[in-house]
Amino acid sequence: MAAELSGILTWIEQLGEVDTEGVAPMTSVVGHALHHREDKVTDGDRRDDVLANAPETTDGYFVVPKVVE
Amino acid sequence: MSSGLTDLTLAEARDKLRAREISVQELTEAHLNAIESAKALNAFVVETADRAHADAAQSDSRLAKGEGGLLEGIPVAIKDLFCTEGIASTAGSHILNGFRPTYESTVSANMWREGAVMLGKTNMDEFAMGSSNETSHYGPVRNPWRADGDNRDLVPGGSSGGSAAAVAASLCLGATGTDTGGSIRQPAAFTGTVGLKPTYGRCSRWGIVAFASSLDQAGPMTRTVRDSAIMLRAMAGHDQKDSTSVDVAVPDYEAALDRSVKGLRIGVPAEYRIDGTPAEIAALWDQGIAWLKDAGAEIVEVSLPHTKYALPAYYIVAPAEASSNLARYDGVRYGFREDRDDLTEMYEATRAAGFGAEVKRRVLIGTYVLSAGYYDAYYLQAQKVRTLIADDFKKTWDRVDALLTPTTPESAFGIGEKSDDPVAMYLNDILTVPANMAGLPALSVPAGLSARGLPLGLQVVGRAFDEETVLQVGASLERAAGFDHRPMPWWRDQA
Repeated sequence: MAAELSGILTWIEQLGEVDTEGVAPMTSVVGHALHHREDKVTDGDRRDDVLANAPETTDGYFVVPKVVE
Repeated sequence: MSSGLTDLTLAEARDKLRAREISVQELTEAHLNAIESAKALNAFVVETADRAHADAAQSDSRLAKGEGGLLEGIPVAIKDLFCTEGIASTAGSHILNGFRPTYESTVSANMWREGAVMLGKTNMDEFAMGSSNETSHYGPVRNPWRADGDNRDLVPGGSSGGSAAAVAASLCLGATGTDTGGSIRQPAAFTGTVGLKPTYGRCSRWGIVAFASSLDQAGPMTRTVRDSAIMLRAMAGHDQKDSTSVDVAVPDYEAALDRSVKGLRIGVPAEYRIDGTPAEIAALWDQGIAWLKDAGAEIVEVSLPHTKYALPAYYIVAPAEASSNLARYDGVRYGFREDRDDLTEMYEATRAAGFGAEVKRRVLIGTYVLSAGYYDAYYLQAQKVRTLIADDFKKTWDRVDALLTPTTPESAFGIGEKSDDPVAMYLNDILTVPANMAGLPALSVPAGLSARGLPLGLQVVGRAFDEETVLQVGASLERAAGFDHRPMPWWRDQA
Protein backbone atom coordinates (compact mmCIF):
# COMPACT_ATOMS: atom_id res chain seq x y z
CA MET A 1 0.00 0.00 0.00
CA ALA A 2 2.89 2.41 0.73
CA ALA A 3 4.04 2.21 -2.90
CA GLU A 4 0.49 2.80 -4.14
CA LEU A 5 0.08 5.84 -1.90
CA SER A 6 3.39 7.26 -3.11
CA GLY A 7 2.26 6.73 -6.69
CA ILE A 8 -1.01 8.56 -6.08
CA LEU A 9 0.70 11.44 -4.28
CA THR A 10 3.30 11.84 -7.02
CA TRP A 11 0.49 11.99 -9.55
CA ILE A 12 -1.51 14.65 -7.66
CA GLU A 13 1.59 16.78 -7.13
CA GLN A 14 1.16 18.10 -10.70
CA LEU A 15 -1.32 20.56 -9.16
CA GLY A 16 1.67 22.50 -7.91
CA GLU A 17 2.32 23.76 -11.45
CA VAL A 18 -1.01 25.67 -11.59
CA ASP A 19 -0.70 29.39 -10.94
CA THR A 20 -3.30 30.10 -8.24
CA GLU A 21 -1.97 33.50 -7.18
CA GLY A 22 -4.96 35.59 -6.07
CA VAL A 23 -7.47 32.78 -6.63
CA ALA A 24 -9.98 32.22 -3.82
CA PRO A 25 -10.39 28.59 -2.71
CA MET A 26 -13.76 27.07 -3.56
CA THR A 27 -16.12 27.03 -0.62
CA SER A 28 -19.40 26.22 -2.36
CA VAL A 29 -20.28 25.33 -5.94
CA VAL A 30 -23.81 26.60 -5.43
CA GLY A 31 -24.05 30.36 -5.19
CA HIS A 32 -27.19 30.29 -3.07
CA ALA A 33 -27.24 31.65 0.45
CA LEU A 34 -27.88 29.11 3.15
CA HIS A 35 -31.48 28.69 4.14
CA HIS A 36 -32.56 29.96 7.54
CA ARG A 37 -35.25 28.09 9.38
CA GLU A 38 -37.16 28.92 12.47
CA ASP A 39 -35.14 28.29 15.63
CA LYS A 40 -37.20 25.50 17.08
CA VAL A 41 -36.73 21.86 18.01
CA THR A 42 -37.62 19.64 15.05
CA ASP A 43 -36.30 16.30 16.21
CA GLY A 44 -35.37 14.37 19.32
CA ASP A 45 -36.84 12.02 21.91
CA ARG A 46 -35.78 9.05 19.80
CA ARG A 47 -33.45 7.24 22.16
CA ASP A 48 -34.46 3.77 21.09
CA ASP A 49 -34.01 4.62 17.40
CA VAL A 50 -30.57 6.07 18.10
CA LEU A 51 -29.50 2.98 20.01
CA ALA A 52 -31.17 0.46 17.70
CA ASN A 53 -28.06 -0.31 15.66
CA ALA A 54 -25.41 -0.20 18.36
CA PRO A 55 -23.24 -3.31 18.71
CA GLU A 56 -23.74 -3.16 22.49
CA THR A 57 -26.06 -1.13 24.75
CA THR A 58 -27.24 -1.25 28.32
CA ASP A 59 -29.84 0.82 30.20
CA GLY A 60 -30.18 3.25 27.31
CA TYR A 61 -26.45 3.83 26.84
CA PHE A 62 -23.82 2.83 24.28
CA VAL A 63 -21.33 0.41 25.79
CA VAL A 64 -17.59 0.67 25.06
CA PRO A 65 -14.55 -0.99 26.63
CA LYS A 66 -13.63 0.46 30.02
CA VAL A 67 -11.77 3.78 29.66
CA VAL A 68 -11.40 4.85 33.33
CA GLU A 69 -9.26 2.81 35.66
CA MET B 1 -38.53 -16.03 -19.24
CA SER B 2 -38.71 -12.58 -20.79
CA SER B 3 -42.30 -11.59 -20.28
CA GLY B 4 -42.36 -8.49 -22.38
CA LEU B 5 -43.30 -6.56 -19.24
CA THR B 6 -39.65 -6.12 -18.32
CA ASP B 7 -38.88 -4.82 -21.81
CA LEU B 8 -41.16 -1.81 -21.36
CA THR B 9 -39.61 1.56 -20.75
CA LEU B 10 -40.58 3.34 -17.55
CA ALA B 11 -42.71 5.77 -19.57
CA GLU B 12 -44.49 2.97 -21.44
CA ALA B 13 -45.17 1.08 -18.21
CA ARG B 14 -46.52 4.24 -16.58
CA ASP B 15 -48.92 4.82 -19.47
CA LYS B 16 -50.10 1.20 -19.53
CA LEU B 17 -50.61 1.21 -15.77
CA ARG B 18 -52.66 4.40 -15.92
CA ALA B 19 -54.73 2.92 -18.76
CA ARG B 20 -55.14 -0.24 -16.62
CA GLU B 21 -53.83 -2.36 -19.51
CA ILE B 22 -51.46 -4.02 -17.06
CA SER B 23 -51.48 -4.29 -13.27
CA VAL B 24 -48.72 -3.20 -10.92
CA GLN B 25 -48.75 -6.68 -9.42
CA GLU B 26 -48.02 -8.43 -12.72
CA LEU B 27 -45.39 -5.82 -13.62
CA THR B 28 -43.75 -6.28 -10.23
CA GLU B 29 -43.89 -10.07 -10.44
CA ALA B 30 -42.19 -10.00 -13.85
CA HIS B 31 -39.33 -7.93 -12.41
CA LEU B 32 -38.97 -10.09 -9.29
CA ASN B 33 -38.73 -13.13 -11.57
CA ALA B 34 -36.12 -11.40 -13.70
CA ILE B 35 -34.08 -10.62 -10.57
CA GLU B 36 -34.42 -14.21 -9.39
CA SER B 37 -32.98 -15.50 -12.67
CA ALA B 38 -30.13 -12.97 -12.74
CA LYS B 39 -28.28 -13.91 -9.56
CA ALA B 40 -25.16 -14.43 -11.66
CA LEU B 41 -24.87 -10.67 -12.16
CA ASN B 42 -24.62 -10.00 -8.38
CA ALA B 43 -26.43 -6.71 -9.02
CA PHE B 44 -28.50 -6.79 -5.81
CA VAL B 45 -27.26 -7.01 -2.24
CA VAL B 46 -30.78 -7.06 -0.76
CA GLU B 47 -33.97 -8.17 -2.46
CA THR B 48 -37.22 -6.95 -0.96
CA ALA B 49 -39.88 -9.14 -2.58
CA ASP B 50 -42.34 -8.88 0.34
CA ARG B 51 -42.08 -5.12 0.35
CA ALA B 52 -42.48 -5.08 -3.46
CA HIS B 53 -45.68 -7.13 -3.25
CA ALA B 54 -47.11 -4.83 -0.57
CA ASP B 55 -46.17 -1.69 -2.53
CA ALA B 56 -47.69 -3.18 -5.68
CA ALA B 57 -51.02 -4.01 -4.03
CA GLN B 58 -51.29 -0.45 -2.70
CA SER B 59 -50.41 1.05 -6.07
CA ASP B 60 -52.99 -1.09 -7.84
CA SER B 61 -55.69 0.11 -5.49
CA ARG B 62 -54.64 3.76 -5.92
CA LEU B 63 -54.61 3.42 -9.70
CA ALA B 64 -58.02 1.70 -9.61
CA LYS B 65 -59.36 4.84 -7.93
CA GLY B 66 -57.77 7.02 -10.59
CA GLU B 67 -55.14 8.26 -8.14
CA GLY B 68 -51.37 7.88 -8.11
CA GLY B 69 -48.09 9.76 -8.18
CA LEU B 70 -45.44 10.35 -10.82
CA LEU B 71 -43.94 6.87 -10.36
CA GLU B 72 -47.11 5.02 -9.36
CA GLY B 73 -46.55 1.29 -9.71
CA ILE B 74 -43.05 1.58 -11.21
CA PRO B 75 -40.65 -1.12 -9.91
CA VAL B 76 -37.31 0.47 -9.04
CA ALA B 77 -34.03 -0.49 -7.39
CA ILE B 78 -32.17 1.66 -4.87
CA LYS B 79 -28.40 1.94 -4.69
CA ASP B 80 -27.30 0.63 -1.33
CA LEU B 81 -25.86 4.03 -0.42
CA PHE B 82 -29.39 5.29 0.37
CA CYS B 83 -30.63 4.62 3.88
CA THR B 84 -33.92 2.75 3.74
CA GLU B 85 -35.96 2.37 6.90
CA GLY B 86 -35.87 -1.13 8.34
CA ILE B 87 -33.95 -2.49 5.34
CA ALA B 88 -30.24 -3.29 5.50
CA SER B 89 -28.14 -0.41 4.15
CA THR B 90 -24.49 -1.32 3.75
CA ALA B 91 -22.84 1.16 1.35
CA GLY B 92 -21.05 -1.94 0.02
CA SER B 93 -18.96 -2.01 3.20
CA HIS B 94 -18.39 -4.62 5.87
CA ILE B 95 -18.27 -1.84 8.47
CA LEU B 96 -22.02 -1.27 8.04
CA ASN B 97 -22.73 -4.96 8.53
CA GLY B 98 -26.19 -5.40 10.05
CA PHE B 99 -27.09 -1.70 9.87
CA ARG B 100 -30.83 -1.17 9.49
CA PRO B 101 -31.61 2.54 9.42
CA THR B 102 -34.46 3.81 11.55
CA TYR B 103 -35.11 6.51 8.95
CA GLU B 104 -35.55 6.88 5.20
CA SER B 105 -33.40 8.99 2.86
CA THR B 106 -35.26 11.99 1.45
CA VAL B 107 -34.76 10.95 -2.19
CA SER B 108 -36.11 7.43 -1.67
CA ALA B 109 -38.94 8.79 0.51
CA ASN B 110 -39.86 11.15 -2.36
CA MET B 111 -40.00 8.18 -4.72
CA TRP B 112 -42.24 6.13 -2.38
CA ARG B 113 -44.49 9.16 -1.99
CA GLU B 114 -44.80 9.20 -5.79
CA GLY B 115 -45.83 5.53 -5.78
CA ALA B 116 -42.65 3.66 -6.78
CA VAL B 117 -42.38 -0.05 -5.93
CA MET B 118 -39.20 -1.14 -4.15
CA LEU B 119 -37.47 -4.23 -5.57
CA GLY B 120 -34.29 -4.11 -3.53
CA LYS B 121 -30.90 -2.53 -2.91
CA THR B 122 -28.16 -2.62 -5.52
CA ASN B 123 -24.50 -3.51 -5.16
CA MET B 124 -21.88 -0.79 -5.38
CA ASP B 125 -18.23 0.03 -4.77
CA GLU B 126 -17.51 0.34 -1.06
CA PHE B 127 -18.67 3.80 0.10
CA ALA B 128 -19.00 4.66 -3.62
CA MET B 129 -15.20 4.65 -3.96
CA GLY B 130 -14.44 2.93 -7.22
CA SER B 131 -15.02 2.86 -10.96
CA SER B 132 -15.57 -0.87 -11.46
CA ASN B 133 -17.73 -2.16 -8.60
CA GLU B 134 -14.81 -4.38 -7.61
CA THR B 135 -14.29 -2.70 -4.22
CA SER B 136 -17.66 -3.91 -2.89
CA HIS B 137 -17.52 -6.11 0.20
CA TYR B 138 -20.25 -8.15 -1.52
CA GLY B 139 -18.17 -8.99 -4.56
CA PRO B 140 -18.01 -7.49 -8.03
CA VAL B 141 -21.06 -6.98 -10.23
CA ARG B 142 -20.77 -8.57 -13.67
CA ASN B 143 -21.65 -6.37 -16.61
CA PRO B 144 -24.61 -7.83 -18.55
CA TRP B 145 -22.62 -6.93 -21.68
CA ARG B 146 -19.85 -9.08 -23.09
CA ALA B 147 -17.56 -8.35 -26.00
CA ASP B 148 -18.38 -10.09 -29.28
CA GLY B 149 -17.17 -13.70 -29.27
CA ASP B 150 -15.67 -13.37 -25.79
CA ASN B 151 -17.16 -14.89 -22.63
CA ARG B 152 -14.95 -13.05 -20.18
CA ASP B 153 -16.66 -11.02 -17.45
CA LEU B 154 -16.50 -7.26 -17.74
CA VAL B 155 -17.02 -4.65 -15.03
CA PRO B 156 -20.25 -2.62 -15.16
CA GLY B 157 -18.37 0.50 -14.08
CA GLY B 158 -18.82 2.12 -10.70
CA SER B 159 -19.62 3.05 -8.22
CA SER B 160 -23.31 2.62 -9.15
CA GLY B 161 -22.49 -0.66 -10.93
CA GLY B 162 -25.33 -2.72 -9.48
CA SER B 163 -27.90 -0.11 -10.47
CA ALA B 164 -26.47 0.13 -14.00
CA ALA B 165 -26.41 -3.66 -14.42
CA ALA B 166 -29.96 -4.00 -13.06
CA VAL B 167 -31.26 -1.40 -15.53
CA ALA B 168 -29.30 -2.83 -18.48
CA ALA B 169 -30.47 -6.39 -17.76
CA SER B 170 -34.11 -5.23 -17.43
CA LEU B 171 -34.35 -6.20 -13.76
CA CYS B 172 -36.03 -2.88 -12.94
CA LEU B 173 -37.47 0.08 -14.85
CA GLY B 174 -35.12 2.54 -13.18
CA ALA B 175 -32.63 2.73 -10.36
CA THR B 176 -31.13 5.42 -8.20
CA GLY B 177 -27.44 6.15 -8.38
CA THR B 178 -25.12 8.65 -6.81
CA ASP B 179 -22.34 10.49 -8.59
CA THR B 180 -19.34 12.01 -6.84
CA GLY B 181 -16.86 11.87 -9.73
CA GLY B 182 -18.73 9.93 -12.42
CA SER B 183 -20.40 7.13 -10.45
CA ILE B 184 -23.70 7.45 -12.37
CA ARG B 185 -22.42 8.39 -15.82
CA GLN B 186 -19.47 6.01 -16.21
CA PRO B 187 -21.49 2.86 -15.34
CA ALA B 188 -24.31 4.14 -17.58
CA ALA B 189 -21.81 4.41 -20.45
CA PHE B 190 -20.41 0.92 -19.72
CA THR B 191 -23.85 -0.70 -19.74
CA GLY B 192 -25.62 1.10 -22.60
CA THR B 193 -27.97 2.93 -20.23
CA VAL B 194 -28.84 6.55 -19.48
CA GLY B 195 -27.52 8.20 -16.31
CA LEU B 196 -28.04 11.73 -15.08
CA LYS B 197 -26.06 13.54 -12.41
CA PRO B 198 -28.18 16.56 -11.48
CA THR B 199 -26.85 19.93 -10.37
CA TYR B 200 -25.32 19.86 -6.90
CA GLY B 201 -28.20 20.83 -4.59
CA ARG B 202 -30.98 19.58 -6.89
CA CYS B 203 -31.56 16.38 -4.89
CA SER B 204 -31.33 16.18 -1.13
CA ARG B 205 -28.32 14.31 0.24
CA TRP B 206 -30.10 13.61 3.54
CA GLY B 207 -29.99 9.93 4.39
CA ILE B 208 -27.43 9.10 1.70
CA VAL B 209 -24.26 7.67 3.25
CA ALA B 210 -21.74 10.48 2.79
CA PHE B 211 -18.59 10.04 0.69
CA ALA B 212 -17.49 13.55 -0.36
CA SER B 213 -20.20 15.94 0.75
CA SER B 214 -19.34 18.85 -1.58
CA LEU B 215 -19.50 16.56 -4.64
CA ASP B 216 -22.07 13.81 -3.93
CA GLN B 217 -25.34 14.04 -5.84
CA ALA B 218 -28.13 11.51 -6.39
CA GLY B 219 -29.64 10.91 -9.80
CA PRO B 220 -31.63 8.52 -11.99
CA MET B 221 -30.36 5.57 -14.09
CA THR B 222 -32.76 4.30 -16.75
CA ARG B 223 -32.92 2.86 -20.27
CA THR B 224 -34.15 6.08 -21.94
CA VAL B 225 -33.70 9.81 -21.53
CA ARG B 226 -37.47 10.22 -21.01
CA ASP B 227 -37.35 7.73 -18.15
CA SER B 228 -34.58 9.71 -16.46
CA ALA B 229 -36.62 12.90 -16.88
CA ILE B 230 -39.61 11.26 -15.19
CA MET B 231 -37.52 9.83 -12.35
CA LEU B 232 -35.59 13.02 -11.65
CA ARG B 233 -38.80 14.99 -11.20
CA ALA B 234 -39.86 12.54 -8.50
CA MET B 235 -36.45 12.48 -6.78
CA ALA B 236 -35.64 16.21 -6.76
CA GLY B 237 -36.70 19.04 -4.53
CA HIS B 238 -35.71 21.25 -1.64
CA ASP B 239 -35.27 19.58 1.74
CA GLN B 240 -35.03 21.37 5.08
CA LYS B 241 -32.82 18.54 6.30
CA ASP B 242 -30.05 19.24 3.76
CA SER B 243 -28.79 22.80 3.97
CA THR B 244 -27.11 22.44 0.56
CA SER B 245 -30.31 21.41 -1.19
CA VAL B 246 -31.53 24.40 -3.13
CA ASP B 247 -35.00 25.88 -3.01
CA VAL B 248 -35.74 26.23 -6.71
CA ALA B 249 -38.82 24.92 -8.50
CA VAL B 250 -38.60 21.40 -9.98
CA PRO B 251 -39.83 21.64 -13.58
CA ASP B 252 -41.65 18.99 -15.60
CA TYR B 253 -38.48 17.69 -17.25
CA GLU B 254 -40.41 15.51 -19.65
CA ALA B 255 -41.82 18.61 -21.33
CA ALA B 256 -38.28 19.60 -22.38
CA LEU B 257 -37.67 16.42 -24.36
CA ASP B 258 -39.66 17.23 -27.44
CA ARG B 259 -38.09 20.66 -27.91
CA SER B 260 -35.86 20.85 -30.96
CA VAL B 261 -32.19 21.64 -30.45
CA LYS B 262 -32.42 23.98 -33.43
CA GLY B 263 -30.53 27.15 -32.61
CA LEU B 264 -28.94 25.76 -29.43
CA ARG B 265 -25.21 26.41 -29.17
CA ILE B 266 -23.27 23.25 -28.31
CA GLY B 267 -19.71 23.63 -27.07
CA VAL B 268 -16.99 21.13 -27.91
CA PRO B 269 -14.11 21.51 -25.44
CA ALA B 270 -10.69 20.98 -27.04
CA GLU B 271 -9.12 19.76 -23.77
CA TYR B 272 -11.35 16.67 -23.72
CA ARG B 273 -9.40 15.29 -26.70
CA ILE B 274 -6.97 13.48 -24.47
CA ASP B 275 -3.82 11.83 -25.80
CA GLY B 276 -4.22 8.11 -26.12
CA THR B 277 -8.00 8.20 -26.48
CA PRO B 278 -9.02 5.29 -28.71
CA ALA B 279 -9.97 6.30 -32.26
CA GLU B 280 -13.46 4.86 -31.81
CA ILE B 281 -14.15 7.22 -28.91
CA ALA B 282 -13.03 10.21 -30.99
CA ALA B 283 -15.16 8.95 -33.90
CA LEU B 284 -18.20 8.60 -31.66
CA TRP B 285 -17.71 12.16 -30.44
CA ASP B 286 -17.48 13.43 -34.03
CA GLN B 287 -20.64 11.48 -34.81
CA GLY B 288 -22.44 13.13 -31.89
CA ILE B 289 -21.34 16.56 -33.11
CA ALA B 290 -22.65 15.72 -36.59
CA TRP B 291 -25.99 14.52 -35.21
CA LEU B 292 -26.55 17.75 -33.29
CA LYS B 293 -25.46 19.84 -36.26
CA ASP B 294 -27.92 17.96 -38.47
CA ALA B 295 -30.64 18.65 -35.89
CA GLY B 296 -29.98 22.36 -36.26
CA ALA B 297 -27.63 23.08 -33.35
CA GLU B 298 -24.70 25.41 -33.75
CA ILE B 299 -21.36 23.81 -32.85
CA VAL B 300 -18.87 26.04 -31.04
CA GLU B 301 -15.24 25.13 -30.32
CA VAL B 302 -14.49 26.09 -26.71
CA SER B 303 -11.58 25.84 -24.31
CA LEU B 304 -11.68 24.70 -20.67
CA PRO B 305 -7.97 25.16 -19.94
CA HIS B 306 -7.88 23.64 -16.43
CA THR B 307 -9.53 20.35 -17.43
CA LYS B 308 -6.38 18.26 -16.96
CA TYR B 309 -6.12 19.35 -13.33
CA ALA B 310 -9.68 18.36 -12.42
CA LEU B 311 -8.86 14.72 -11.70
CA PRO B 312 -5.79 15.27 -9.49
CA ALA B 313 -7.66 18.06 -7.64
CA TYR B 314 -10.57 15.66 -7.18
CA TYR B 315 -8.20 13.10 -5.64
CA ILE B 316 -7.36 15.62 -2.96
CA VAL B 317 -10.81 17.08 -2.28
CA ALA B 318 -12.77 13.82 -2.34
CA PRO B 319 -10.43 11.80 -0.06
CA ALA B 320 -10.14 14.80 2.30
CA GLU B 321 -13.91 14.92 2.73
CA ALA B 322 -14.11 11.13 2.88
CA SER B 323 -11.51 10.88 5.62
CA SER B 324 -13.56 13.18 7.80
CA ASN B 325 -16.95 11.68 6.86
CA LEU B 326 -15.73 8.15 7.56
CA ALA B 327 -14.38 9.05 11.00
CA ARG B 328 -17.86 8.22 12.32
CA TYR B 329 -17.36 4.46 11.81
CA ASP B 330 -15.95 3.62 15.19
CA GLY B 331 -17.79 0.44 16.15
CA VAL B 332 -19.76 2.23 18.88
CA ARG B 333 -23.04 3.51 17.49
CA TYR B 334 -23.84 1.29 14.52
CA GLY B 335 -22.44 -1.39 12.27
CA PHE B 336 -19.62 -3.77 12.78
CA ARG B 337 -17.41 -3.91 15.88
CA GLU B 338 -14.24 -5.89 16.44
CA ASP B 339 -14.24 -6.49 20.19
CA ARG B 340 -11.14 -5.53 22.19
CA ASP B 341 -10.56 -4.82 25.89
CA ASP B 342 -9.09 -1.39 25.20
CA LEU B 343 -11.14 1.38 23.53
CA THR B 344 -8.42 2.63 21.17
CA GLU B 345 -7.58 -0.92 20.16
CA MET B 346 -11.27 -1.54 19.52
CA TYR B 347 -11.46 1.50 17.21
CA GLU B 348 -8.34 0.43 15.34
CA ALA B 349 -9.31 -3.21 15.00
CA THR B 350 -12.84 -2.29 13.91
CA ARG B 351 -11.64 0.06 11.19
CA ALA B 352 -8.84 -2.26 10.10
CA ALA B 353 -11.27 -5.15 9.63
CA GLY B 354 -14.28 -3.11 8.52
CA PHE B 355 -12.83 -1.08 5.65
CA GLY B 356 -11.50 -2.46 2.38
CA ALA B 357 -8.23 -1.51 0.69
CA GLU B 358 -9.54 1.31 -1.52
CA VAL B 359 -11.35 3.00 1.38
CA LYS B 360 -8.19 2.77 3.49
CA ARG B 361 -6.13 4.33 0.67
CA ARG B 362 -8.50 7.27 0.45
CA VAL B 363 -8.79 7.78 4.20
CA LEU B 364 -4.99 7.82 4.43
CA ILE B 365 -4.59 10.25 1.52
CA GLY B 366 -7.37 12.46 2.84
CA THR B 367 -5.88 12.58 6.30
CA TYR B 368 -2.45 13.34 4.86
CA VAL B 369 -3.58 16.24 2.62
CA LEU B 370 -5.48 17.81 5.53
CA SER B 371 -2.61 17.49 8.00
CA ALA B 372 -0.82 20.55 9.35
CA GLY B 373 2.13 21.33 7.11
CA TYR B 374 0.55 19.79 4.00
CA TYR B 375 -2.85 21.49 4.12
CA ASP B 376 -1.81 24.56 2.07
CA ALA B 377 0.21 22.66 -0.51
CA TYR B 378 -2.44 20.03 -1.18
CA TYR B 379 -5.93 20.81 0.08
CA LEU B 380 -5.95 24.59 -0.25
CA GLN B 381 -4.25 24.42 -3.67
CA ALA B 382 -6.84 21.87 -4.83
CA GLN B 383 -9.71 24.11 -3.71
CA LYS B 384 -8.16 27.02 -5.63
CA VAL B 385 -7.82 24.84 -8.71
CA ARG B 386 -11.44 23.90 -8.21
CA THR B 387 -12.37 27.59 -8.44
CA LEU B 388 -10.45 27.83 -11.72
CA ILE B 389 -12.24 24.77 -13.10
CA ALA B 390 -15.65 26.22 -12.19
CA ASP B 391 -14.62 29.56 -13.73
CA ASP B 392 -13.66 27.82 -16.99
CA PHE B 393 -17.23 26.53 -17.27
CA LYS B 394 -18.77 29.87 -16.25
CA LYS B 395 -16.90 31.65 -19.02
CA THR B 396 -18.20 29.27 -21.68
CA TRP B 397 -21.89 29.76 -20.74
CA ASP B 398 -21.83 33.16 -22.48
CA ARG B 399 -21.11 31.36 -25.73
CA VAL B 400 -22.81 27.96 -25.44
CA ASP B 401 -25.94 26.38 -23.95
CA ALA B 402 -24.47 22.94 -23.29
CA LEU B 403 -21.25 20.98 -23.82
CA LEU B 404 -20.82 17.67 -25.63
CA THR B 405 -18.01 15.23 -24.77
CA PRO B 406 -17.49 11.47 -24.57
CA THR B 407 -18.45 10.02 -21.15
CA THR B 408 -15.48 7.70 -20.73
CA PRO B 409 -12.06 7.27 -22.33
CA GLU B 410 -12.80 3.60 -23.13
CA SER B 411 -15.48 0.90 -23.07
CA ALA B 412 -16.01 -1.59 -20.22
CA PHE B 413 -12.83 -3.42 -19.17
CA GLY B 414 -12.35 -6.86 -17.69
CA ILE B 415 -12.85 -7.76 -14.05
CA GLY B 416 -9.41 -7.70 -12.42
CA GLU B 417 -7.79 -5.83 -15.31
CA LYS B 418 -7.06 -2.60 -13.42
CA SER B 419 -7.21 -3.71 -9.79
CA ASP B 420 -3.45 -3.45 -9.29
CA ASP B 421 -3.08 0.15 -10.41
CA PRO B 422 -5.17 2.75 -8.53
CA VAL B 423 -4.17 5.65 -10.81
CA ALA B 424 -5.13 3.71 -13.97
CA MET B 425 -8.51 3.08 -12.35
CA TYR B 426 -8.90 6.75 -11.39
CA LEU B 427 -8.26 7.83 -15.01
CA ASN B 428 -11.62 6.33 -15.95
CA ASP B 429 -13.30 9.40 -14.46
CA ILE B 430 -11.17 11.94 -16.30
CA LEU B 431 -14.07 13.18 -18.47
CA THR B 432 -16.76 13.07 -15.78
CA VAL B 433 -15.02 14.61 -12.75
CA PRO B 434 -14.95 18.24 -13.99
CA ALA B 435 -18.78 18.50 -13.84
CA ASN B 436 -18.70 17.37 -10.20
CA MET B 437 -15.96 19.84 -9.34
CA ALA B 438 -18.14 22.63 -10.75
CA GLY B 439 -21.46 21.20 -9.46
CA LEU B 440 -22.99 21.09 -12.96
CA PRO B 441 -25.67 18.74 -14.32
CA ALA B 442 -24.36 16.07 -16.71
CA LEU B 443 -25.97 13.22 -18.58
CA SER B 444 -24.60 10.10 -20.28
CA VAL B 445 -26.51 8.75 -23.27
CA PRO B 446 -25.69 5.47 -25.05
CA ALA B 447 -24.63 6.46 -28.56
CA GLY B 448 -23.04 3.45 -30.22
CA LEU B 449 -21.06 0.24 -29.94
CA SER B 450 -17.31 -0.22 -29.94
CA ALA B 451 -15.58 -2.45 -32.48
CA ARG B 452 -15.83 -5.23 -29.86
CA GLY B 453 -19.59 -4.71 -29.58
CA LEU B 454 -19.58 -2.85 -26.26
CA PRO B 455 -21.65 0.26 -25.50
CA LEU B 456 -20.15 3.75 -25.60
CA GLY B 457 -21.67 6.90 -24.15
CA LEU B 458 -21.76 10.60 -24.95
CA GLN B 459 -21.91 13.17 -22.17
CA VAL B 460 -23.91 16.41 -22.14
CA VAL B 461 -22.98 19.02 -19.51
CA GLY B 462 -25.19 22.02 -18.80
CA ARG B 463 -25.54 25.16 -16.74
CA ALA B 464 -26.37 24.86 -13.05
CA PHE B 465 -30.06 23.93 -12.58
CA ASP B 466 -30.56 23.63 -16.32
CA GLU B 467 -31.20 19.89 -16.44
CA GLU B 468 -33.91 20.69 -18.99
CA THR B 469 -31.45 21.68 -21.71
CA VAL B 470 -29.21 18.75 -20.82
CA LEU B 471 -32.15 16.35 -21.23
CA GLN B 472 -33.29 18.12 -24.39
CA VAL B 473 -29.87 17.66 -26.00
CA GLY B 474 -29.68 14.10 -24.65
CA ALA B 475 -33.04 13.25 -26.20
CA SER B 476 -31.87 14.62 -29.55
CA LEU B 477 -28.73 12.44 -29.41
CA GLU B 478 -30.83 9.45 -28.39
CA ARG B 479 -33.17 9.91 -31.35
CA ALA B 480 -30.27 10.28 -33.77
CA ALA B 481 -28.30 7.34 -32.36
CA GLY B 482 -31.31 5.00 -32.35
CA PHE B 483 -29.42 2.86 -29.84
CA ASP B 484 -31.62 -0.22 -29.44
CA HIS B 485 -28.94 -2.81 -28.68
CA ARG B 486 -29.48 -4.99 -25.64
CA PRO B 487 -27.09 -7.46 -24.04
CA MET B 488 -27.61 -11.17 -24.71
CA PRO B 489 -29.17 -12.63 -21.53
CA TRP B 490 -26.39 -15.16 -20.80
CA TRP B 491 -26.95 -14.69 -17.06
CA ARG B 492 -30.42 -16.22 -16.93
CA ASP B 493 -30.59 -19.13 -14.54
CA GLN B 494 -26.83 -19.35 -14.14
CA ALA B 495 -25.87 -20.05 -10.57
